[in-house]
Amino acid sequence: MDFFGSLLNATPGAVSQGIIWGIMAIGLYITFKIMDIADLSVDGSFATGGAVCVMLIRGGCNPWLAVLVAMCAGGVAGLITALLHTKCEIPAILSGILTQLALYSINLRIMGGRANQPVSVDKYPLLVSQRYVRELSLRNPLPLIILLTAIVIGFMYWFFGTERGCSMRATGDNPNMAKAQGINVKNNIILALVFSNAIVAFSGALIAQFQGSADINMGRGAIVIGLAAVIIGEVFTKKFFKNFALKLLGVSIGAIIYYLVLQVTLQLGLNTNDLKLISATIVAVFLAIPYWKKLASQKAGRKGGRNA
Amino acid sequence: MLEIKNICKTFNKGTVNEKVAINNLSLTLEDGDFVTVIGGNGAGKSTMLNLIAGAFPVDSGSIIANGKDITHLPDFKRASILGRVFQDPMMGTSANMLIEENLALANRRGQKRGLKWGISDAEREDFKKQLAALNLGLEDRLSTKVGLLSGGQRQALTLLMAVLRKPDLLLLDEHTAALDPKTAAKVLEMTDRIVSKHNLTTLMVTHNMKDAIEHGNRLIMMDAGRIVVDIRGEEKKKLTVPYLIDLFSKASGSTEANDAMLLSK
Repeated sequence: MDFFGSLLNATPGAVSQGIIWGIMAIGLYITFKIMDIADLSVDGSFATGGAVCVMLIRGGCNPWLAVLVAMCAGGVAGLITALLHTKCEIPAILSGILTQLALYSINLRIMGGRANQPVSVDKYPLLVSQRYVRELSLRNPLPLIILLTAIVIGFMYWFFGTERGCSMRATGDNPNMAKAQGINVKNNIILALVFSNAIVAFSGALIAQFQGSADINMGRGAIVIGLAAVIIGEVFTKKFFKNFALKLLGVSIGAIIYYLVLQVTLQLGLNTNDLKLISATIVAVFLAIPYWKKLASQKAGRKGGRNA
Repeated sequence: MLEIKNICKTFNKGTVNEKVAINNLSLTLEDGDFVTVIGGNGAGKSTMLNLIAGAFPVDSGSIIANGKDITHLPDFKRASILGRVFQDPMMGTSANMLIEENLALANRRGQKRGLKWGISDAEREDFKKQLAALNLGLEDRLSTKVGLLSGGQRQALTLLMAVLRKPDLLLLDEHTAALDPKTAAKVLEMTDRIVSKHNLTTLMVTHNMKDAIEHGNRLIMMDAGRIVVDIRGEEKKKLTVPYLIDLFSKASGSTEANDAMLLSK
């Protein structure tokens, strides 16, 4: 009973974290799913978002404005990756790794040379804080992060339905076709990477406030968590969610599931140092599920064939 | 309409794999010319089309369309005057997007793509009519993913997309080669209908000599990156396959008739 008690106790925190990380995963969805690019710069731009936001708030800046500036910083990070990829013809994965590496130093500089910068909810008017996550009051972060997720999904749904957004989807799906239709493929890739990293930094800014500090390592493994959310969401919601907006909601749900599973494994007594190992294992399993399912259905198909 | 002057293209220059694909080729197309292009494997047919479309740059020479020099224009900018259908049915459409979305993309070829909604109701109506004219039953499947269509349907759709916004030049690169004979004939018949309806200037590469003779008002034959035969008008109407093979052997200076061309009847 103690196990379930503490699990129940930890659930609101895990759900909140899942929702905020879900925003990051939705940003990743742009590059990974729509543009078919594995963008590894997110590990860096997530921390950039957190660092910029925390430093600005500590300097007395309005938290909303701080979040906005953090998004711009993330967008610039995405732009660097995009330029390395499109103007220097460096493969997308390598471009992302280069940006991520460079951002480590830049993030340290942003944080005044320290690996961790606290931002206490007692001293600053933070937008979200995990301290109030179990409280039934206006300070509870849940309503705000749900609203922000809805806004991000709404924006994406609108944008990818516009002429420009459609041309970006075509670019990701079939660049040859896109070129033949007069679409500037490289510009679209640049725009996608900027958008994606801005949303990732947005999520980083929220997480930093939520946990009360920016940390140089806060983005480590972000891409894995993002992919996990995308894939877990797909595995669980594919059958019911066909609409684009619902698919994005599925990503958010995927992130929540991921954090709940993580919470359960922690409650089972695994230690926090093993977190990354657990994360990688969860992602590997969920990445493998679609393939296993296919194998299983092929086997079933063969059996069915014999009967027929 | 199109003027190609002395273009050259060599792949893998300076390596053991060096291949002269286009050798000092010149060609002038008049408005409304429907030119069929034949030649053996490696004669440079597809390379010529790709150079016109800007898939890769020419080594030397110039390409002029409508009096405008497009030699150094990137491919996506040339698309505003070009309609293209590729050999591979998968290449000309976006599989994960709906039929109507593909058509809407094509309807904006060469135009600025802004933040207006990607497709309008008026367009949907128009697409329905145009699809109905193809006789493939696609008019009721506007919101089907293109990936679910057959190769022939996709190729017909690509053809429609290529001419939805009337191109100055239509480039068909063996667009029926990957289809079964019946479907290929259907798509070719469709091509004829569309080209004559819009009076399109067209370059159609084919492996099939019979098709090359039966379609268009002008036929060119390529060999080793050059145009070796150029027949038009009344003379073209009198062409026969044996005569064409004979012409080819003479023009290319080789007595061995090209296997690939013989095999394709």
